[in-house]
Formats: sequence, structure tokens, C-alpha cells
Amino acid sequence: MTRRVAVTGIGVVAPGGIGTKAFWDLLEGGRTATRGITLFDPVGLRSRIAAECDFDPLAHGLDPELIEHVDRYIQFAVVAAGEAVRDSGLDPDREDPWRVGVSLGSAVGGTTRLEHDYVQVSESGARWDVDHRRADPKLHLAFAPSTLASVVAEQFGAQGPVQTVSTGCTSGLDAVGYAFHTIEEGRADVCIAGASDSPISPITMACFDAIKATSPDNDDAEHASRPFDANRNGFVMGEGAAVLVLEEYEHARARGAHVYCEIGGYATYGNAYHMTGLTSEGLEMSRAIDSTLGQARLDPTRIDYVNAHGSGTRQNDRHETAAVKRSLGGHAHRTPMSSIKSMVGHSLGAIGAIEVVACVLALKHQVVPPTANYETPDPECDLDYVPRTARPRKLRNVLSVGSGFGGFQSAVLLTGPAGRTR
Amino acid sequence: MSTQRPPNAAITGIGVIAPNGLRADAYWKSVREGLSVLDGITREGCGHLPLRVAGEVRAFDAADLIEERFLVQTDRFSHFAMAATVLALDDAGLGAAGPEDAYDVGVVTAAGSGGGEFGQRELQKLWGQGSKFVGPYQSIAWFYAASTGQISIRGGFKGPCGVVASDEAGGLDAVAHAARGVRRGTRAMVVGAAEAPLAPYSMVCQLGYPELSTVEDPRRAYRPFTEGASGFVPAEGGAMLVVEDERRARERGAEIRAIVAGHAATFTGASRWERSREGLAHAIRGALDEAGCAPEEIDVVFADALGVPAADRAEALAIADALGAHGTRVPVTAPKTGIGRAYCGAPLLDTAAAVLAMEHGQIPPTPNVFDVCHDLDLVTSDARPAELRTALVLSRGLMGSNAALVVRSGGDHAR
Repeated sequence: MTRRVAVTGIGVVAPGGIGTKAFWDLLEGGRTATRGITLFDPVGLRSRIAAECDFDPLAHGLDPELIEHVDRYIQFAVVAAGEAVRDSGLDPDREDPWRVGVSLGSAVGGTTRLEHDYVQVSESGARWDVDHRRADPKLHLAFAPSTLASVVAEQFGAQGPVQTVSTGCTSGLDAVGYAFHTIEEGRADVCIAGASDSPISPITMACFDAIKATSPDNDDAEHASRPFDANRNGFVMGEGAAVLVLEEYEHARARGAHVYCEIGGYATYGNAYHMTGLTSEGLEMSRAIDSTLGQARLDPTRIDYVNAHGSGTRQNDRHETAAVKRSLGGHAHRTPMSSIKSMVGHSLGAIGAIEVVACVLALKHQVVPPTANYETPDPECDLDYVPRTARPRKLRNVLSVGSGFGGFQSAVLLTGPAGRTR
Repeated sequence: MSTQRPPNAAITGIGVIAPNGLRADAYWKSVREGLSVLDGITREGCGHLPLRVAGEVRAFDAADLIEERFLVQTDRFSHFAMAATVLALDDAGLGAAGPEDAYDVGVVTAAGSGGGEFGQRELQKLWGQGSKFVGPYQSIAWFYAASTGQISIRGGFKGPCGVVASDEAGGLDAVAHAARGVRRGTRAMVVGAAEAPLAPYSMVCQLGYPELSTVEDPRRAYRPFTEGASGFVPAEGGAMLVVEDERRARERGAEIRAIVAGHAATFTGASRWERSREGLAHAIRGALDEAGCAPEEIDVVFADALGVPAADRAEALAIADALGAHGTRVPVTAPKTGIGRAYCGAPLLDTAAAVLAMEHGQIPPTPNVFDVCHDLDLVTSDARPAELRTALVLSRGLMGSNAALVVRSGGDHAR
């Protein structure tokens, strides 16, 4: 007997607005949230732009002590998880805590706070034998990546399997995928799943500068993220979090929960090729897509929308276009495929979960979010990228795909209420 | 609907890079003899810190096993993981050629500290010299996924790849993740964890852990289950395993070292050690249940052995809660008191020790521990001969996770 996995709640902290409503308004309007960096002084950097969250943790009810001790990305996650749990109508006090799990992803974890304290203890990089007396006594909370899942589990009383997933830029997709497996295999009935990152910091911006992965369009931040456009020149850093409440289907029905959609399949493969490079064939991503379709016993022609990784680097956009064409065949040309990174930037590990939530909202509203800033077609990328304007469309089966440093290639399939083949 | 049982996940290879041994055989010799290698920290720039004792991996030269082009891109923690992978694959007889089908092999690692030394060096360049001095490998060396990615690339492994960025217990979660990968149809998984937390800034970050031992005498710094328990000593290193579809492993003539039989994980909150009693007991019951294993079948327990009195008490009680009367009779051991706790690497080293103990019919002792103050049959001083078919490995993390793993001996299972 296969256990089905339902999405019953969603929450998001994204650039352009906090909460699913503000997030969807931004996407549906095709507006962009990319701007000059305000979180620190980016002078001297090649890329000085990012998609930042206007986030006031106190206004979202976070405990001042928590705010003091945990990094921004964890604060995002707590707020997004709060919205998701409220949205699901789940009362954690009425659940068996051993049957509630947490699966949260983050690519770079607490590096922002680690860097902040590093500057103090090293006297701005002057010494290798750093001075511990200048460090925050709670710095271990930034050092331990598992603080993310641990803090969220504490907040919601989860005592089942609790894990932090860190597979680079597929962390969000994989965290959702691990949670899907956790419920499917019967190790939990409910899982708080998603991802968070706040990587807009000097060290992270500088390390992407070093490999020229980020866009240098500092004078036109609003239009800097141009996935699939012939004139794209790299991704724009982002930050944020998204969390979903995943639930065993019968468990959700028994408590009368609203079911947004079901997770129809998940797969991940390594490309075993290069830590940061992608081939132009997209074989491994294609295999991940094929695997999710196989799990759902779904013909490729039933896919109604592909939410692309669409980072806006030339190699990514070619890779992904090839992968989707390989998996969907001729149907690829009839399938809209868009990148919300054009609007909310690339928040590394978080973005996979943010994109899954975008897919849930697309299913809910029966609208495909656009690729903002897409103006000039690239002969190498010849699919329908939904330029600039959101598009109403009948949606049942939606794919979200992603690629990450380390070679990770992941895919998640969501199936709306009407799309289930029985 | 097929009624075919999912494949068994067999351990066919073990690779160890530990403070007390740079291969599985060297590690086992030290573990069996109860050798303690806890010592003063010698890593550069650490001498002034109020954390004096650790388990360091010494005399390790990654270049013996790994090509320069991989080494320059990676931190010490990935050097350990890549080297341990070479050893594990060799041990499994999969070392020479790559896999026939690249998708047949996946990689899963657990990581709790990332590439701290590499990261500190690049932070120093950024803040000391300027952003243009940050090197191109910072983006792939510091993050937690570095080892999985590099192992996948170096080996040509395209199967499911994953990373559990976790506290200590995540090491066991990674083993379970790999076993599930095999049960879901991947032929073999390279799985494990190795850590390198002994760089100056990484050590500063750890100083906040209330459980950390700052005792300066290596013989007294890490003594769980005694009145003198004063916290844990950190360590570097870890182990990688090859976990493989048992049937297909047998077909290629591989030796089945052990079977990953059951696992469960729970969460009871960071540093809430009294509550970990319930969480650990729950995890043990879950792991036994998945393994289809009665409490009396457990022949040895590899304890988490944190060395904090409340945590030690909780663990002793959890063993009794979950195993009943058998809990006070079953031999318990904690070889990690001789090497320290290598975060996610620690339960991997324990799993390796459990497999080796079953193979050799000997329960290794708990170094530096003599005066046990809990109702446990803790093996101390000398290794104890015993017929071992089933081992229980326990791990708890500083951020609140509890995990239990049941491992069956390969020989027993083959009957």
C-alpha cells in the first residue's frame, strides 16, 4: 500500500513581500524585487545587487531572544513555518509528536553570522589565531547547520525525524523530497518541509564574484535577472524561505484539511561532471524528471507547467532546456516553462522550496507565473518561457526542477486535485 | 502489485580515517586495544584557545590517495571523506574500475561543520586584503555538500546523491538514507561522514557548546558514565562505507560484512539531555521494529556516551527502557572515548567498529573509563570476546537529535 503525500499548508518569506499573498502578487504581476544591496556596503564587489527581503522579525512575532541568537535565515524559516502551519489548520498539540518530522534545507547555513563574528575575532582578517574572547557565546548556533531544523522543530513540537538537508542549490527541492519519502515510507505522518538561506553577505557575494556567476548589471538591478534571455549575464543573489506542511493523505482527510495538491514524485541524481559546471545535454536532470513521472505513472504529455531552475547563466539555461526537451519530447514546446528567479533572485538553498510553493500557488490560481525581463530569444533556448506576463492556464501536473553546485539535479512533481489518475 | 521484498542493504566496504588509525585495520587494532590518542591540539593557531584536548588525525597525507586537482579545491574535511571513500571502495572490491552504469552508485554524506579551515583562509583574504583575493574554490569548498559532490565527480557516481547537514546523530541518518536508496533500487551507495573541526575559527565556534570538555589532562578529559564526566572532547576524521544491494553484491562475489537492518530517529531538543531518555528509547524501539529484532537479540550496544552526567544517565535509562531487563545485561561500549567525538563522523566510526567487532568476535573497551557509576555492563580495560550477531549503535546530537541503528552480522544473515 502506497501512502500518498498531500500539501496542506504553505508559507513564504521572499523578496518583495512577506507571506504567500505578497509573494503571489509579485509573481502574478511579473514585478521584480532585485535592487542594489542594502544589507551591507558592497563597495568593491563586481556584483552589487540582490533580491533582499524587507524583514522585521519583531513585527512577525519572533521572540527577541531568538532574534538575538539565531541567524537571519533561521528567523525566515520560523516565520515561513508559522504561516504554513497556520495555513494547514494543523494543531501541533493534537498531533502525536513522534509522528511529526521536520526537513529543512539550506545551502550556506549560518555563514552570514559566522562572517560577522569572524571579523571581530580576527580583527578584520589580521590574525589566524583568532581571539575567542570577542566571539558571541552562542556562535555555535551559527556553526551547526542543524540549528535550522532544530529551532523549527522546537517551535512546533516536532519529535519525529528532524533533519537539515544541504545539497547546495537543490537543498530546497531535496528537503521537500526527503520529507515526501519520510511520509511515504511511514516514518512520519506530518512533515514541516522547506528551506531557507540568507546569503547576501560579503563572503558569499565575493565567492560568486570570483567565478563570475552573478550579474554585474549594477546600474539596472531591476532588469538584471534575465533567465533564458539571449542577453543574460549571470544570476542575481537572493534570500528567503519557504515551508510546506506535508501530510499523509488520509491523515489530512481525517482532520478535514484543505489539500492543495499531492507530491507525485521526487528524484535526484548527481551529474558526476563538475562542481559548478553543467553539460549542454542535461542527461541527469532529464533522468530525474523521467523518474518522477515514472513514480506517478504519468505520461510526459500530461505535464502542464515546468518551473525552471532558470538561474540566468548561459550554461544553466542551455542545460535545462535540453533536459526538459529530452524528457517531454515534442510536448516540451507546448509546455510553458518559467523562472521566478527573474523576480525574486536566486536564494541558493532556499529557492527550491520557494519554487515549489510558487508551483502550489500556480495550481491554486491556475495561473503560470512569468519569466520577467525576458525580451530577446536565444536560439539555444527555444521553449516557451512565458515572457513578462503571467498566463492563465489549466494546470494539473506541475514539475519543479533544480541544479546545484556539487552536480545535484533534482525534480519534484506536484499533482493538483483534478489530476490524480485513479 | 509486486510482493517482492525490497533488497537488503549490505555493508561491503569500510574506509576509515581516524585519529587512531588511517585504515579500517589500523583503526580496529587501536580500538580493540583500547588505545587512547586524545592529546593536546597541535593545529596551527589553536594553542591559545581554552580547548586543549582533542582527537587529531596525524600523519595523514591526502596526496597518497587523492589527486592534487581535487585537493586544491577542497577543505580537510573533504580530504578525509575522499580518502576514506577510496579505502571503502577498495575494501568492497569496487576500487579499480568505475561502475558499469554510472547511475548504479549514489553518494550520501553527513556534515556538521563544513570546510572551516578553507573558509577561514578565504575570510582572511577577503577581510585582510579585499574581495578580489577570494579564490574561485571558496564557493565549493566551504559548503556542506562539498564532499558528496567531489566523491560523485571523482568516482563517476550519478546515482542519488544527498547531504544531511546535521548534528552527530545525522551520521546514522545518512547510513539509513543510503540503505533506503538501496531498497529503492540503487545498486550501491557510498555513505559516511568525516569532519575537520579543529581549525582556529571553527574551534572558537564550538566553545559555546555547554557540553564541551575543557579539562586539560587527556586521560581525564572525556570520561562518560563516570562521576568524573566533564563533557566531550571533539575529534576529526570519520568513516565511509559502501552499502550495497545484498543479492547483487553476492552475485559479484563480494563479502557481506554486515546488514543495515533498522534505523529510527527522533528529536527532543538541544541540550535537553533528560528528555533525550525518552527520545533515544523511542528511536531504539523504532530501529528494532524496522529490523524485526527482539531486544534480547542485541549482543552489544555502541553508546553515544556524551560524557555529560545528565546525558549519560538518560542514555543508560533509555537502554533499560527500550531493552527491558536485557538492557542491564547487554554489553555496552564506547570506543570513542579514546579518539573523541568527530561530530557526524563519530557514529560512522562506531558503525565501522560494530561491524569489525562482529567479525572479530570481540567487544572493544571504553578507554579512560574504569569507574562506571550507572547500571550498565560497560566494557572497560580490555576487549571482551563474545559471539556477536547484532549490534545497536546509538547517537545523539548537540542540537537535539537522537538516532539508533541496528546492524546484523553478514555471516549470521547469510545462513
